[in-house]
Amino acid sequence: MKKILVSGKVQGIVLKSEKPINFLGTVDKKTGIISDKNHDLFEKSIKDTILVFPSSVGSSVGAYTIYSIKSNNTAPLAMICKKVDLTVATGCALTNIPLITISDEEFSAIENGMKISLDTDSSNPIQYQ
Amino acid sequence: MELTKEEESALKGEQGEIMQMAYRILVATGEATDAERLIPIEWAHLSGVNYNTIGDAGEEFLSGISKDARVKVKTTLNPMGFDIDNVSNYGLDENFITKQLSIRNSYETMGVTPSFSCIPYEIFDIPKDGTQVAFAESNAAIHANSYDNLKTNKESSFSALASALTGKSPYSSLRKEDSPNITIRMKIKNPNELTYGMLGFFAGKVGDTSVNIFGLEEMDKRQCKAMCGGMGTSGTCAKFLFGEGDSDCEKVDFDEKEMQNIHDELNTAEKGDLITLGSPQLGLEEISDLAGKLKGRSFKKRCMIFCPRTVKEQARKIGYINELEHAGCEILSDCCTCLTPLINKDDVDAVTTNSIKGAFYLKNSTGVDVNLKSLSQIIEDETR
Repeated sequence: MKKILVSGKVQGIVLKSEKPINFLGTVDKKTGIISDKNHDLFEKSIKDTILVFPSSVGSSVGAYTIYSIKSNNTAPLAMICKKVDLTVATGCALTNIPLITISDEEFSAIENGMKISLDTDSSNPIQYQ
Repeated sequence: MELTKEEESALKGEQGEIMQMAYRILVATGEATDAERLIPIEWAHLSGVNYNTIGDAGEEFLSGISKDARVKVKTTLNPMGFDIDNVSNYGLDENFITKQLSIRNSYETMGVTPSFSCIPYEIFDIPKDGTQVAFAESNAAIHANSYDNLKTNKESSFSALASALTGKSPYSSLRKEDSPNITIRMKIKNPNELTYGMLGFFAGKVGDTSVNIFGLEEMDKRQCKAMCGGMGTSGTCAKFLFGEGDSDCEKVDFDEKEMQNIHDELNTAEKGDLITLGSPQLGLEEISDLAGKLKGRSFKKRCMIFCPRTVKEQARKIGYINELEHAGCEILSDCCTCLTPLINKDDVDAVTTNSIKGAFYLKNSTGVDVNLKSLSQIIEDETR
């Protein structure tokens, strides 16, 4: 782990993307479903997942998309990325969605569909189950 | 990040919920940007205005905080969804209008200047070199860092709002001296604004927080805005420097192949049902140039032109608006191509535009096809 941006403790199933996510324009703010046809998570819902993705990109208003999906109960339980932009950092900070960044090796080790528990207070925050 | 006693007390909630929220956002921003402390900023520019993008949750959030929250520094605002002067021509539903006006009201209550523009750098005076600001609109942040000698992060809606409410922002690397680790070598000859938009889009994809761009010719305002718009759309990059950079900089070419890939990604239609100009919004110089190019010609199909209200007012006085309306243009202020509800996929299959930023959001958010063309090509093909 590199950094804890928003602390918390959750368990869930990994939804992993190899592509960056632009929350505005890619994530439906009511349903939490990925709407960009070119995205590898197209038509998948990020609701209640541990969303693992390399980085976030694009419009600053994406922070409101995170606020909206949290308000609509369609947000991920936590987010894990290699590199975080301010859209995700501040969207998660406002809504208390746990958020950490990890190294390339740790990113490679996480696979789609894995069950993991995340505890940012633990010395070993990601536990595979 | 080190906080002062007063900042710590705000983070603990001793100065109320609004300040606690603002400092929580600033701390996350500081962690994300490796900042060691907060510094004062003089100007915040907020995104998160259009009801189409922030929705009911955003409208309720702003309405809630506006009861207590007040901005501490000059704060300006991104476009909203429509132009109140002519919204009745577009059959927009009442709920949208009501919610949008509530958002406007919340921002005004907080003390924000209702500028509704994504080009604050063209309609407000630029502060002295090196001034720290917090711009959430991505094209404006890149423009501020690269052209206007200002310093800003590529802020999110919430980090800019937190900066407006506190007058502070984390002292991140972008606010100090930032040296890019990558250089893009521009190889395309005789570029137009579409080329620059694609170059920006490419740079945003390959760059980290900043890039060098080598081989650029002198750009006009339209081309420069196109590049900032393209770059802000595709990545996290917040600044470009002109030049080759250090010898240890990774070098990447932007040539025909790279350009074609981006064109293929964003251009999905042979022709459009309507034309949009302005994403970023057009400034007075571009309006004047367009009026000059159109002399005696008129559009064969609908052409929507987006600009700030102050530009529309100036252009009307000079007579440009009259000329453009004679040429069949619809002039809209306070809103922009990106995510306006005035373009609806139920009525429109494809839109012709010269904006890469516009193309990305038309395709991915509005859900219509896009036909990319430079302005000179649009005038050649679509007017008579």
